[in-house]
Amino acid sequence: MDKFNVLESRAVPLPVENIDTDQIIPARFLKATTREGFGENLFRDWRYNSNGSPKADFPLNNSRYGGQVLVAGKNFGCGSSREHAAWALYDAGFRAVISSYFADIFKGNALNNGLLPLQVSDKVLQQLLAQVQQDPETKLIVNLERQELQVPALELTVPFEIDAYKKECLLNGYDDIDFLVSQKEAIEEYEARRPWVY
Amino acid sequence: MAKTLIDKIWDAHVVRSLPGGQDVFYIDRHLIHEVTSPQAFDELAKRNLGLYRRKQIVATADHNVPTRNQHLPIEEPLSRSQVDKLTENCAKYGVELYGLGHEHQGIVHVIGPELGLTQPGMSIVCGDSHTSTHGAFGAIAFGIGTSQVAQVMASQCLLLSRPKRMRINVSGSLRKGVSAKDMILYIISQLGTGGATGYFVEYAGQAVQELSMEGRMTVCNMSIEMGARGGLVAPDHTTIAYLKGRKFAPQGEQWEKAVAYWSTLYSDKDATFDVEYTFQAEDISPMITYGTNPAMGMSVGEAIPLSTAEVDEQGMLKSLGYMGFAPGESLLGREITHVFIGSCTNSRIEDLRVVAEYVKGKRKASHVEAIIVPGSKLVEQQAKAEGLDAILAEAGFELREPGCSACLAMNEDKIPAGAYCVSTSNRNFEGRQGPGARTLLASPLVAAITAVEGKIVNIMDYVN
Ligand code: SF4
Repeated sequence: MDKFNVLESRAVPLPVENIDTDQIIPARFLKATTREGFGENLFRDWRYNSNGSPKADFPLNNSRYGGQVLVAGKNFGCGSSREHAAWALYDAGFRAVISSYFADIFKGNALNNGLLPLQVSDKVLQQLLAQVQQDPETKLIVNLERQELQVPALELTVPFEIDAYKKECLLNGYDDIDFLVSQKEAIEEYEARRPWVY
Repeated sequence: MAKTLIDKIWDAHVVRSLPGGQDVFYIDRHLIHEVTSPQAFDELAKRNLGLYRRKQIVATADHNVPTRNQHLPIEEPLSRSQVDKLTENCAKYGVELYGLGHEHQGIVHVIGPELGLTQPGMSIVCGDSHTSTHGAFGAIAFGIGTSQVAQVMASQCLLLSRPKRMRINVSGSLRKGVSAKDMILYIISQLGTGGATGYFVEYAGQAVQELSMEGRMTVCNMSIEMGARGGLVAPDHTTIAYLKGRKFAPQGEQWEKAVAYWSTLYSDKDATFDVEYTFQAEDISPMITYGTNPAMGMSVGEAIPLSTAEVDEQGMLKSLGYMGFAPGESLLGREITHVFIGSCTNSRIEDLRVVAEYVKGKRKASHVEAIIVPGSKLVEQQAKAEGLDAILAEAGFELREPGCSACLAMNEDKIPAGAYCVSTSNRNFEGRQGPGARTLLASPLVAAITAVEGKIVNIMDYVN
């Protein structure tokens, strides 16, 4: 997993609520057996017409917008557990998603892939969306170490929450698997003292 | 101290608690399928790790499989390669696989319970959000991402923080013609798609206790549609009667021991929940969804609202634009061209019986395409043994072979763009049943009546 520390970037606004993982990456594109290449089909049915031509009014197709941060409406990533949603966003170049609310499984998947789900209040989210839409050059600075989101154009600095362990993982590019494997002794001990063994 | 059922099961699986508040949480049963496992096996190989407890893993092929001619090679090359990859990985790592053609093959959340792999008090995971289904047995069961699939493969554990607890009580008894599916669609319509995010939900109350295991599975299945990690029901005599004699259920002395343990699995009288809701069963009517998330549901005869607590006017217009509906409209009389009965929500034998009982001696409307996809080989066999296949065929319903099918349309079972499909599945997201497809979620009974009438009708006129 790549390390994450400070990210300075413009942002793409996607002011839609309850974006489910079926929209982020439709099921018919889940047939690959590797992690790469999903970015091409990110938001496929919102991004392209059925003949494959891009939909001009979709923010990802709008040349005014760009950058590594997606700013999306609340309850982002609900629905299916497909980690492909996080892979698709990452593959398409995003390193952080800002929303006022994330679905649980998506949040975990994002963190396990070096993609930061950054939760802000509804009010800040609306401010951000309005600012980025009005001025697509707006720069956002995400400082993970300090747990701060800065928007100089708005003279805004907002703190954000992140689990302390997950923060360490992101900062260092670690993932859970090494840690869990290192717990073998404790796990075996646990298995030996199960109250009821299935 | 008084404990909730959720805490009792949680505590029994904590290997150790870490200073930061997370638990190393032990997983009893790990179910895998072809879509979310290949990258996890790759991860193991990349790190030179083996499976920590391969006997606790069971695999099946379900998401991508065709529902016709399963004895022939899969035609679609990408689907075939994904299913082949699963077969290869299972052979390489020694994992039990119920692949195509196996007598136990089926949708992962249908086969676990029917084989007795799912038991009270267990912790169960699968790389699939509807793993919550298994909570019906009083288990902590939840969906995970592929990175976590790899973690469980390598260590049989996950790093988790303890969930919050919610209890949803449904008092009284459901009316005739109102099913578990209506109950859960109603609850979701009240709480919204994010209403239970971060929680495990215990379903309780008379109407829940009166449900069969199939019904409880339907309810727990859709917990994720309101954001919950999982849902569960305390095990009782219904649970024990269902499990007795199942293939992988404990036998003999072990069974006695298991039943004794299971009977300790309930929320203590004074246990406190972070949130508690109570609904009245008689307030629930046959439900249908009109929008593009599962919380956009109403009783069949109602008019589509202008907005809801969750969806504002703009969101409503966007969603209804996709569906081709207008605010204030009633769906009664709306012509339907497709009916899909299947998915891990409603593809069990009880669901097929409800449909067969209603359509017996009737015929589907001529413009309707009605397919029934059983949840598993065992369900398919049972349906045939009971003669349901003949009843369904006479009524013009096509009984297919098991798989996820049009629930997510990864195989060739797709609903055409713009077409309306009354579906017993769990998600009505845009494009879920095929690009441009319009899904209306409902119970098997509502789906059966709709297929016969060819349009949405007032269900209560048909139940008596
Ligand atoms: S039937 Fe549908 S919801 Fe259930 S596991 Fe298959 S795809 Fe997922």
